[in-house]
Amino acid sequence: MSKFPKLLMATAIATVITTPVLAEKYGLGRTATQDEIAAWDRDVFPDGSNLPEGSGSVEVGEEVFVDNCAVCHGDFAEGVGNWPKLSGGADTLADEDPLKTVGSYWPYLSTTFDYVRRSMPFGAAQTLSDDDVYGIVAYILYSNDLVDDDFVLSKETFTSVKMPNSDGFVIDDRAATEYSNFTNRCMSDCKPAAVSITKTVVFPGDPNAGAEPLETQAAAPAPAPAVAEVAEVVPAAVTFDEELATKGAKVFKKCKACHKVGDKAKNGTGPILNGIWGRAAATTEGFKYSKAMLAAGDGGLVWTEDTLSGYLANPRKYLKGNKMSFSGLKKERDIAAVLEFLKSNSQ
Amino acid sequence: MSDSSNTNGPSRRGFLQGAAAAGVAVGAAGAAKAEGDPLITEVQEWASGLGDGVDASPYGMPIEFEGDVVRRNVEWLTADTISSINFTPIHALDGTITPQGCAFERHHSGAISLKKEDYRLMINGLVDTPLVFSYADLERFPRVSRTFFLECAANTGMEWAGAQLNGSQYTHGMIHNMEYTGVSLRTLLEEAGLDAAGDLAGKWLYVEGADASSNGRSIPMEKALDDCMIAFKANGEALRMEHGYPVRLVVPGWEGNMWVKWLRRMEVMDAPVESREETSKYTDTLENGTSRKWTWVMDAKSVVTSPSPQMPIKHGKGPLVITGLAWSGRGAITAVDVSLDGGVTWAEARLAEPGKAMALTRFYLDIDWDGSEMFLQSRAMDDTGYVQPTKAQLRDVRGVNSIYHNNCIQTWHVDANGEANNVEVS
Repeated sequence: MSKFPKLLMATAIATVITTPVLAEKYGLGRTATQDEIAAWDRDVFPDGSNLPEGSGSVEVGEEVFVDNCAVCHGDFAEGVGNWPKLSGGADTLADEDPLKTVGSYWPYLSTTFDYVRRSMPFGAAQTLSDDDVYGIVAYILYSNDLVDDDFVLSKETFTSVKMPNSDGFVIDDRAATEYSNFTNRCMSDCKPAAVSITKTVVFPGDPNAGAEPLETQAAAPAPAPAVAEVAEVVPAAVTFDEELATKGAKVFKKCKACHKVGDKAKNGTGPILNGIWGRAAATTEGFKYSKAMLAAGDGGLVWTEDTLSGYLANPRKYLKGNKMSFSGLKKERDIAAVLEFLKSNSQ
Repeated sequence: MSDSSNTNGPSRRGFLQGAAAAGVAVGAAGAAKAEGDPLITEVQEWASGLGDGVDASPYGMPIEFEGDVVRRNVEWLTADTISSINFTPIHALDGTITPQGCAFERHHSGAISLKKEDYRLMINGLVDTPLVFSYADLERFPRVSRTFFLECAANTGMEWAGAQLNGSQYTHGMIHNMEYTGVSLRTLLEEAGLDAAGDLAGKWLYVEGADASSNGRSIPMEKALDDCMIAFKANGEALRMEHGYPVRLVVPGWEGNMWVKWLRRMEVMDAPVESREETSKYTDTLENGTSRKWTWVMDAKSVVTSPSPQMPIKHGKGPLVITGLAWSGRGAITAVDVSLDGGVTWAEARLAEPGKAMALTRFYLDIDWDGSEMFLQSRAMDDTGYVQPTKAQLRDVRGVNSIYHNNCIQTWHVDANGEANNVEVS
C-alpha cells in the first residue's frame, strides 16, 4: 500500500472528528407551529403555571370520578384490589407499612392535575374535558379531607391548597450519607466466621406459584357440573370471520386492561369474556356486577350482535348505572371487529 | 433442558443408559456393539440425514431446547400486565449483551405500536427555534454507537425487608445491556439552538413519550448534554416495540424510568416539572418518613447469576464455574470479589473484559468445589472507589421502605446437593 491513501484517510478522520465540535447546524427538521406546541406541551408546574382555563367542584367531580375512575380506584378513591389507592394514609410514612396516596405522599397538587389530564382514565387517556379534570382533582382532595365539600378547583384556587407532604422530600444525599461509608474492601476475617442463615426465602419455588393457592381456594366452592349435563348443553359452534376477528383483537387492546379472554383468563376489573356470545348478561361466575347489570340480566338481556353493538357504542347511555367506565367505541367498523373477536372466543 | 443423569460426573454406564433412553441412534445393522458412548460409536440421524434449508426461519428464534430462557412476570406484583414489569432471564445468559427478545419490559400504559412514518419528535421550550423532526430526519444526523446497561430503579426492590423471590431473574432481572445506535442529545438540542436558554447551569430538559402514560421526566441539562442520546437501534437492529420502537431515550447510568420510550418531545425549561414519575414514584422513603428525590444514578451492584436458585449445581463436586454480572452507573467496574462463606473471606474474580463505564461487566471465579455448603456472594467495586454495601449497611441508612435503588450484596445458600436458595445471613 502506498503512503498516499494513508494520508488521505488521516485527513478524512481529522475532518470527521472536528466537525461536530463546531456545533454546526444541519438544517434538518422544520419549525414547530404554535398549535402543535400547544397540543403536546401541557405540563403543569408546581406554582400552577400552564394550567388551562376551567374549573370543577367537589360535587361535580364526584360524579365524574364515579363514572370514570371508581372502577379501579374505588368510589371514595380508596382503591380496588391492587389498583392504586388515592386517599388515606395520612401520617403513615414512617410506619412499617406506609400508605402512599395523593393525600399522604404527593408533594405537589400540579402533579395530580398533570397526570390525570395526560394519562387517565387508564385505557382512555386524554378524553376528559379540562373542567372534568379540575372536578376529579377536587374530589380526590376532598376524599383526603384536604378541602371542604363546597370547594371549587380552578386556576385561581389552585395554589390555596396545601399538600400535607410538601416538605417531606430531600434531594439525593447519597454522596454525603453513604459514599464515604461504602469504601472498605475487606478481604479476610471481615466478620465472625460460622455465618448462619437469618432469613430464608419467602417464595421458595416459582414466584407465580405463590399466588396460586389463594386463587384455587376462592374458585373451589363453585360446584362442578356433571359431565352428562355439559355434553347436552354444548351449543352449536359460532361461525366467525377470521380476518375480521384478527382486526378485532387489535381493537380489543382498549378493553384488555379490564377484560380477559382465552384459556388462562381470570376475572379482573371486568368479567372474563369467553363465551359471551349468546349468553345472558351478568352471568360470569365469580364476578361482582353492578346492580344495573344484574337487573338487566334478570330482565332477559342476552348478549347478541344487536345488544353488544348498542352497549359498546355508548355503555353508560345503553345501561344506566352499570360500572364499566369506558366511553365507547366511536367507529362502527371497530365495533364489528370486536364483536367478531368475541365470537371467536365463544367457540 | 435438565440433565438428570447423576451427580458424580459422567460414566460409561451413564452414557449407555442415556442413549438408550433417548432412542435416537441409527445402529449399523448387525454390527457388534462397540465399546463407548453410542453418541460417538454409532452414526446419528443428524450425521446422516439432512437439516433445515436456509430460510426455514427468515428471522431466527432460539432453538426449541432453549425455550425456557424467556422473560417472566410475577403476576401478583401488579394489578395488570399492561402497567407492569417482567424480568430478564439473567440466570441463563452469559457474556454481557442482552438479546432484545428476552430483555425485560416495563410499561405504564402498555407497549404501543408506532410506525416510523407516524413518528414525530418535537424540541421546544427555551430554544432558539422549536423544531419537529421526522424519523427520516433523525437518521441524517451524525450517529453514535455505545453500550450501556439499563436498570429499573425497582430492581431488587422486593428484597428490602427479607429474602423474597428465589432466582437471580426475579431478584436482579430488571436489567439489560445493549449496544445502542442513534444521535447524541447535544447534537439535536444544538440544532434547535440553546442561546435562548442563556446560562445552561440549572436548566432542565423535560422528556416525554407518545404513549398514554407519557412517562414524563425532568433531566438536568448538564446530564442531557453530557452523554444522553436517542437510540433507534439496539444490538444492531431496530428497537423492539416493547423497548420503544422507533425511538427511545438513553440516559447512561441513570434509572431506567428516565429512558423514555416512544420519545415524542423534549422541552428545555428553567425548572423541573415534578411529574408523577419523579414525585409519587421513583422516590425513596427513609425510616423517618422523609423521602429522597432525584436519586437518578444507579450505584455499583453485582450478582452471582450461576449457581443460583434457578441454576443449581448438577455435576457434583469438582471444577465449578461461578459467574455473574457487575455494573455501576457512576463509572466502570474495576474489580469484583466473590465470597463462598457469606462474606468472611473474599477472593477477587476474573473480569471477562476490563469494565466499561455504565455497561455490564461479566465476572468468573473458577473453583474446585469440595461439595460442602456455600454462602455465595459477590461484591462490586467501581472507579470512584465505591464498594458495594451489604443489606445491613443499606438498611442502617435507609430502613426497609425505600423500594427503589437496592444495590445490596446478594446471598445464595448452596447446599451439598448443589441446590441454591435466596437467604439473608448473619
